This record gives sequence, structure tokens and C-alpha cells, in this order.
Amino acid sequence: MTESGKPMNIVNENVVGSDSGLQTIASSERTEVDTDTPPFVFETIDLNVYYGDFRAVRDVNLTVAKNEITALIGPSGCGKSTVLRCFDRMNDLIETARVDGRVLYHGLDLYGPDVDAVEVRRRVGMVFQKPNPFPKSIFDNIAYGPRISGMAKKKADLAVIVERSLRKAALWDEVKDRLSSSALGMSGGQQQRLCIARAIAVDPDVLLMDEPCSSLDPIATTRIEELMKEIKDEYTIVIVTHNMQQAARVSDRTAFFSVEVNEQSDARTGILVEADATEKIFSTPADDRTERYVTGRFG
Amino acid sequence: MALSSPASIGGGTSRAMTAGLTGKSFDVKSKMVEAALVLTLAASMLILLVLIVDLLATSWPLWTDRPGDFLTGSLNSANAQSAGVWQGIKGTLMLCLVVMVVAFPLGVACAVYLEEYSSGSRFAKWTRINVRNLAGVPSIVYGLLGLAIFVNAIGGFTGGRTVFAGGLTLAALVLPIVVITTSEALRAVPRPIREGAFGVGATQWEVVKDHVLPAAAPGILTGTVLSLARAAGEAAPILLVGAATGLLRTGNQSFVEQLTGPFTAMPVVIFSYARQPDDAFREATAAASVVLLALVLLMNALAIWLRNRYDRKW
Repeated sequence: MTESGKPMNIVNENVVGSDSGLQTIASSERTEVDTDTPPFVFETIDLNVYYGDFRAVRDVNLTVAKNEITALIGPSGCGKSTVLRCFDRMNDLIETARVDGRVLYHGLDLYGPDVDAVEVRRRVGMVFQKPNPFPKSIFDNIAYGPRISGMAKKKADLAVIVERSLRKAALWDEVKDRLSSSALGMSGGQQQRLCIARAIAVDPDVLLMDEPCSSLDPIATTRIEELMKEIKDEYTIVIVTHNMQQAARVSDRTAFFSVEVNEQSDARTGILVEADATEKIFSTPADDRTERYVTGRFG
Repeated sequence: MALSSPASIGGGTSRAMTAGLTGKSFDVKSKMVEAALVLTLAASMLILLVLIVDLLATSWPLWTDRPGDFLTGSLNSANAQSAGVWQGIKGTLMLCLVVMVVAFPLGVACAVYLEEYSSGSRFAKWTRINVRNLAGVPSIVYGLLGLAIFVNAIGGFTGGRTVFAGGLTLAALVLPIVVITTSEALRAVPRPIREGAFGVGATQWEVVKDHVLPAAAPGILTGTVLSLARAAGEAAPILLVGAATGLLRTGNQSFVEQLTGPFTAMPVVIFSYARQPDDAFREATAAASVVLLALVLLMNALAIWLRNRYDRKW
């Protein structure tokens, strides 16, 4: 498994200290601080995810760097969404799901004891495949997160957050006159940008996007892609996409997942083939399977 | 043949392509099936129609003779001419109130726990099966339960054979129905709504309170009103619990006194009038049935109205 030659046990020190609310682990494994590469926001170590007896992904070792857009690509059933959903403990909602291995967030194991999944999800926002606005007003959709997290209580303070979030999501001008109307009346592209605004309203550290453009038309897709590039200075973004051009266009790093079929049991398990700089993945990938996939000659 | 090539579609070829698309002979089999289905529907409707027409026809003299007097009159199994249903209507409404207050919060809470907090656990699966079985337990058995527990065991609290004890018995009877309909309404709430709420850092309770329950409210309300209609129509359990079938004296009591006093209900009134040997009571029985039917239909109409009024589109 190619991991761009980085040792697994590097945990950046200065970021660990900034996590006041989350429990921190004693970083006994911290051996050196790599100054050449940006600090890792996420690092999975031998990550295996099971749904019941079925192993969805096997031994994934992946790093996600700060303020970069990391794209997870690969064929259907390769487990890229499953891996993404480990980053905000969203797999907890699936009763049969079980996670093995470690998912480090700034060095803290998200699946360790005492980790508050609710707090994790406040810091790691998620945008889903299909736009899923709440059946409420546009204002309430965005104000909900700040309200429950206690960021703002007063309507005036919430209004500031709502406007800022909508502006960041490039939606403000379109909806500023109808904040109190239902979010369900918006177009699909608008709904998805609303979901992005909703996710960034709670001021997260990371934005996870699970095929955010798969139900959108090309114009709406372009807007979302531009948006991602605009906000990447503030957030670390991990995006799952089926669209290789999209990965090539927006991402800094790309991780290619593939499916491994067990000959005897016919069980299909996702594996990480390689992760590297996006240009490298799309021009001179290290692995044969990656090359066949990105050039469209995948079996 | 290359269908995509326009050159191949022309003249004689096009006729060959469309041959058999028109002029097909009459499809006897499917028409027969359709006719059979309409017939079964008609038969079911006919039974209902006959019932209603018969009830209305039998009670017609009473409705033309003394409608107001009948609706406001008291339970009286001695004299058909002065028999009325007011105490029955009042008793049924009070029973429904007790059922509502007890079964609604309990049933919704149970369903929320089963669906939202422990949905995948073995315990939840086991409980769900048993709740379904409970919903199928005959109502007379609930009557025995009510007699043993609400009348005798905690008679000091309920006052014995009272509206309160009767209401609790009916609440136990419809509780499984409330749990099942609420569970179904909760399950119909799309997963993305839950994920969206969890995604911005909502706790389990915040997801339930702010998103799942509001989204499921129309379904929960509809189910609850339908279960109330079921409770309003039950005779056997409240007969066992001790609803009055003969003369019932009620004066100017307070609401609490009435709640913990002797009572009767519409199905019991019907039962009471129906077993009188006097032919004159036939009218009163039919008229009381019409009143109960109207009450139940009203509740069902309310349920349908609630569903249409608040039903959400995703």
C-alpha cells in the first residue's frame, strides 16, 4: 500500500493541544515532527469496517492533510463512503456497523473510549449525497446547528451566523428575501448549497462531502466545485466522488479505492490502492489498477 | 435491423413494424378478473349499506317522535319511552379522554424508545413482536385484566367501578395499537433527515424532539385518533369493569366526582337496550347504534382530516 512514503506514527504536536473539548491521548508514539508536510487532520491506521459479518473495507491507511481537498474515488462498493463516514462517527447510526483499527483526528482516536460522537460531528461537518434540508424554513435550517450547540441564542446573533454561512455558500443573494420560506421549495442545487451552509454554520474544522453533486446538473455542480475551492482555506475537505473529472478538478490529493473479490465466498471488500497528489494519480500512478481506472479501462 | 437508422423506417417497412399493435381482440380474462373484483367490493359495501339502512329504518319512528329527548335522556332499562343516551355519550367521551391522556404519552414514549433508541437490539425486536401480539389479544381479556388490576388491586386509587378504571382498561387495550402506529410513523421519517440533524451535532434527544417527532406527528395523531375510535366502540371490557347497565343516577357532580363515579358508555347502552324483552326497546337500540356509529365515524373523519391537513411531502 503506497502511502507516499510517510511513516504511520507521526502525530503533529501543535494541533493536539488545540483540542480542548475532545479527550486527548498520550502520544507515546510521537517520534518526530515532520515539518515538510502539512499536519494531518485525519489518519486511519489499519481501518476495517464491518457490517455484521460482512467486511466492507480492509486495512485502510489513509491521511488527510489540513486545508487540502482530499478526494476519495473508486468503483461502486469500494467502501469510500464507508471510510468517509468513519471520520464523523456517522457509522454509529448503522446498528450493525463495527469499526476496527484507529481513526485519528489530530492525533486523537475518534473511536477511543470517552470520545463524544456528538462533539465530533460538531467539528466535522457532513454534506450528503442527496440534499437533505430539514422540512423547515431556510433560516431555521441554518440556525438549527448554532442554536443547539449554544453558539448563539438571540435571534439577532443567529441572523448574523445565517447570513455569513449563506454568503460563504454563495447562496445569500438568491435567498435573502425569502429566509422564512420552506427550504423544500428550493431547487436541488440551492438545497445542496443550503446543506453546505448548514454544515459550515456551526464553524466546523472539517467538511466531509459524500458525492455532493451526484444529484445535481452540471451548472449546479460547477457552483459547488467553485465553492469548495473558495472555502478550502478555512476548512479541510474530504469528498467522495464518482466523477473522476471532478476529483481531478477540485482535489489536491486523491485516494483510489478498489474492490477485492474473494474467490471462495464472493465477498467484496473495499481496499485503498493508493493515495497521492492528484496530478500524480491522474498522470503517473504507482499502481496498475489506479492507472486502468483513471484511464477508463477498469474491468 | 438498425432501429436507430431513419432510412430503414419507411413505406412498407413501417407497416410491418406496427403490425399487431392495434386491433387486438377483446381481453376476456382481464375483464373477468376486473368484474370479479368489482363484485367483491360491491358485496362488502352492500353489507355496510344494509346495516346502516336497517338501523336508520328501525329507529326512524324514534327520530321523528322525540330526537332531542332521546339524545338528552338517561339510561333507562325499564321504560322504553323515556330511554335516552346522554349518559352513554358523556361516559364514552370521558372514557376517551382518560384513554387519550394515558395511552397517548405512554404509547408514543414506548415507540420512540423502540424505534429511536434501541431499534436494532434483540430486546427491541422481541418487544416489537410482543406488542404486535398484545394488539391481537381479545378485548374481553383486557376486561378481566382491568377488573383484576384497576378495579380490585388498585381500587383505592381508581375508586373501583369508575370511569377512571374503565378508561385505564381501554387505555391498556389500545396501548399496543398506539405503539404500533407510532412506530410506523417514526419509521416513515426519512433517514437523511436524521443524518442531517446528527451531522450538525444534534444529540439523540435533539434529533427526536426537533426533527423526528414533528415529521411523524401527522401519522402519530391519525393513529391515536383511530385507536380512540376503537376504544369508543368496545363493550366487553367495560362491562367487566362494571359499567352500569340499568338505572344510573347522576346529579350535579363535579368533573372529578364523575370521573370516580359509576358510569356507562354508548356500547353498554346499546347492550343494555338490546337485551330488553320489550319490543319497544328495538327502536331505542337502533337509535343508540346510530349515535355510536356517528361518534366513531366522526372520529375517523377527524383522523383523515388530520392526516390530509398535516401530511408532509419529502
